[in-house]
Amino acid sequence: MKKIVILGGGVGGTIVANLLAKRLRPEEAEITLVDRTGRHAYQPGYVYVAFGKTKPRTLTRDVRRLLRKRVRLVLGEATRIDPTDRQVHLADGRVLEYDRLVVALGARLTPEELPGFEEAAHHFYTPEAAVELREALAAFQGGTIVVTVASVPYKCPPAPAEAACQLDYYFTKRGIRDKVDIRFLSPLSRVFPIETLNPLVERVFADDNIRSTVFFNVESIDTKGKVVASIEGESVPFDLLVMVPPHRGAKVVEDSGLGDRGGWLPTDKHTLRTKAHADIFGVGDCTDLPVSKAGAAAHFQAKVVADAIVSDVRGLPATARYDGRVVCYCDAGRNRGISISFDYEHPPIPPKSLGLRAWLGKHFLNRAYWHLVPTGRV
Amino acid sequence: MAMETQEKIVLDARGSFCPGPLMELIRGIRQAKVGEIVEVWSSDQGSRKDIPFWVQKAGHELVGAFDEDGYARFVVRKVR
Repeated sequence: MKKIVILGGGVGGTIVANLLAKRLRPEEAEITLVDRTGRHAYQPGYVYVAFGKTKPRTLTRDVRRLLRKRVRLVLGEATRIDPTDRQVHLADGRVLEYDRLVVALGARLTPEELPGFEEAAHHFYTPEAAVELREALAAFQGGTIVVTVASVPYKCPPAPAEAACQLDYYFTKRGIRDKVDIRFLSPLSRVFPIETLNPLVERVFADDNIRSTVFFNVESIDTKGKVVASIEGESVPFDLLVMVPPHRGAKVVEDSGLGDRGGWLPTDKHTLRTKAHADIFGVGDCTDLPVSKAGAAAHFQAKVVADAIVSDVRGLPATARYDGRVVCYCDAGRNRGISISFDYEHPPIPPKSLGLRAWLGKHFLNRAYWHLVPTGRV
Repeated sequence: MAMETQEKIVLDARGSFCPGPLMELIRGIRQAKVGEIVEVWSSDQGSRKDIPFWVQKAGHELVGAFDEDGYARFVVRKVR
């Protein structure tokens, strides 16, 4: 009997565990999932918390309830991966042995890396921060709101642009849009990370009166003077700063010496096996894969990893390949949305404009997620 | 992968996609001292436009862009 250990009960880890439990017989493999908190979060919902449209408690579920009965759930924090002895050490001293290991631990927010961030910046990358932003927005009566990112890479590349559009809608509804200057600072040569969609997003920004600046890579925040400065030499004053915090890979990956300089797990872009160890797989945000850090990417990767592990357990050649597929919905406020689909070879085809259909798709997914995604049904 | 010689930082970003090589260069410039050379290698076509554009905007000096076998080498001097 093979031992399969999965680290992380987010999108990628939960799907891998459920697919394996469905496809491998109990005598073929023991499936263990390790999660630090035991709660699975639907992170795309956080931005809605900031705009007062949803409550944090609606965005999490018990991991146990999302997993098939067969899967053993271990609550604990992995502190060291030992690829030589094929063991995972937990903070409480327990040691788990594995034949195949799946690392699906997500990205880690590291606000402490940018001095002044915790004091001056708001964001919506945790439920707590989203609640604080909601309160700051409610109290805001006018001035300049700067939307930007501390550094790349970060989770959900369209999120800052989405937030800027939502801010426009929010203050329009409050009737004080003319008192609010929304400025969008992009670290890249364009406002939107995906080149083919950039002209559309620029048009939406123009319609929504969002002023953008490109090549703005944050160097420092002056918390007293309320100014954010770039390495390119520009300074932009703000009254309210909305900034995606710095990200790194998973701590256990870094502490075990398995990460690159950013702590991301070097992973083969097609087989999803880690470059250093074929018996360890990487899924989702914790990897260095050249795709968006998003649940939608982890979702498709999880299926490939489950296929490969089933083949390994049965001694068959693993043929499943990840093609870089990502499908996601963005909500630009004003009941407008966009659905984006792409892979390694095919950049997204831009629609002519934002539409109601994609907006409805996003809102359908926000509700149907729990039934469709972690279970591995879709 | 970074190789540091006496006054040059070389960043091999081949195989990473836009904006990867530019972000490597920006990281290199952050680490470098004024006057030092940062060299980034990129196999991504987008870099040919992005990197010179960024170097100009950030006020550094593009010493040269050189075509190699399957990639381009961008040599940048940190000016300020």
